[in-house]
Amino acid sequence: MSVDAALLNVDKLNVTIGESQILGGVSFRVRAGGITGLLGRNGVGKTTTLRGILGLVPRTGSVTLAGDELTSLPVHSIVRRGVGYVPEDRDVFGGLTVEENLRLAERAGSEHRYALVYELFPELLERAKQPAGTLSGGQQQMVALARALLNADNRILLIDEPTKGLAPLVVKRVADALKRAAEVTTILLVEQNLAVARHLVRDVVVLDQGRVVYAGDVAALIDDPALARRFLGLSAAEH
Amino acid sequence: MSTLVLLLITGLGLGALYFLVAAGLSLIWGLMRVLNFAHGAFFTVAGYAGFFTSAALSGTSPWLQWLAGLVVATLTGGLFAALTEIGLIQPLYRRPVGQVLVTVGLALATLALVEGTFGSDPRQVALPAWLMATSNVLGAAIPNTRFAVLLIALLVLAGLLFFLRRTRYGLIIRAGVENRAMVSALGIDVQRAFTLVFTIGGLAAGLAGFLGATYYGTIDPSRGTSMLISAFIVVVIGGLGSITGSAIAAVIVGLLQQFLNFYAAAGVGDFAVVLLLAAVLLLRPGGLMGGSSS
Repeated sequence: MSVDAALLNVDKLNVTIGESQILGGVSFRVRAGGITGLLGRNGVGKTTTLRGILGLVPRTGSVTLAGDELTSLPVHSIVRRGVGYVPEDRDVFGGLTVEENLRLAERAGSEHRYALVYELFPELLERAKQPAGTLSGGQQQMVALARALLNADNRILLIDEPTKGLAPLVVKRVADALKRAAEVTTILLVEQNLAVARHLVRDVVVLDQGRVVYAGDVAALIDDPALARRFLGLSAAEH
Repeated sequence: MSTLVLLLITGLGLGALYFLVAAGLSLIWGLMRVLNFAHGAFFTVAGYAGFFTSAALSGTSPWLQWLAGLVVATLTGGLFAALTEIGLIQPLYRRPVGQVLVTVGLALATLALVEGTFGSDPRQVALPAWLMATSNVLGAAIPNTRFAVLLIALLVLAGLLFFLRRTRYGLIIRAGVENRAMVSALGIDVQRAFTLVFTIGGLAAGLAGFLGATYYGTIDPSRGTSMLISAFIVVVIGGLGSITGSAIAAVIVGLLQQFLNFYAAAGVGDFAVVLLLAAVLLLRPGGLMGGSSS
């Protein structure tokens, strides 16, 4: 996989919900391989950008994956083209067992991915028969990540705040899992925990008020107190 | 004692009919969030299709007549439902008011068409001798139709639970009842599951259409509407989207109606069912087993 080719190209993405324009012409590229961070303060449109790419909200503009236009396709077809999604709220199926949650995500080739999933999250094997709704938040996050990893057709994973609300030890495990996942697929990661982002991310795209205000190297942004303060808020400069 | 047994088994039989209509309604709402007011029309049209099939085979074995009627009614219900979903519901996804209007319109139009074509008088259904006879249970003479309806409803319940719990489409439907957007986000075409669920609901309603004629001994155009009202009550009490909840609620509603209509006064059972509905809505708005599709 070439590390410089643009895998995902988002061009002039607009999302309006009701009377509110959430995204106003968001454009950026995600290089193939590694993790690209989508950062910004709360409420600037990061989650909406991921949902817009996937078609979960009505949008205009263009989204291409390896040159193929996605915006005219229904959600399930976009996923089948290779766009995996791990939502902010995990959205595991609480009434289904862990095993059933994983089975839903199976595709041809998933049998090889189970080894990776159970290596990263061995407790999912131990809790295979347990309803996913009874798992802890961290374990539910593991199920959500595992579902995305099981689909070997995924060329890019859109992962929304995977460490949100998790205990520090679990955050480290999730971060390690993301790093490992990035060895087999490209990741576009929304992450509020800047320490995690700094550790994982190579390129970064920063949103503010529904527009891209910075795109470039993560270290250049986070390690520069002035830039970090300007684009990510005051506290960011402390990371 | 014999009265008690008669009421019990008759109530269970009535509950079995309610379940067959309610099961489809419940799954359709649970997965698709569609209030299908045309479900009673599936019941009626399928019942008449079964009736005329059975009548057309007059002179052959009574069991063959009855079974042919049952099969044709079931298939007619499924076909009617599939065509409704593809032709009327699909174009109106994301427009719930439009869906309600189109299903209400279809129900009214179908009722008028059936009444206009076949008349509103009840027609007697030809049944095999065993179904017209009674069996003695603890001193009570129970019409055999009650056993037939109960047995078939139990088989349908078992089949639906097997389908939901053991097959991939069942898994998709159970997941879709919880969060259909996330099912799509896993690359699964929920639209196919919608058509399948609508068709399954129509098959069950069609089966109930002919079993209703078997249970009451006659068929008439208006029964589908009264069944639909009872089935909606069953679905809400059982929990929208839950098959097991529908089965339990159907039994409760059937028994309550039979016992109170007999021991109190005619109509008291129906009133009590509405009170029960109100109590469930106030105390347990999600129903007895809301949120679980199986």
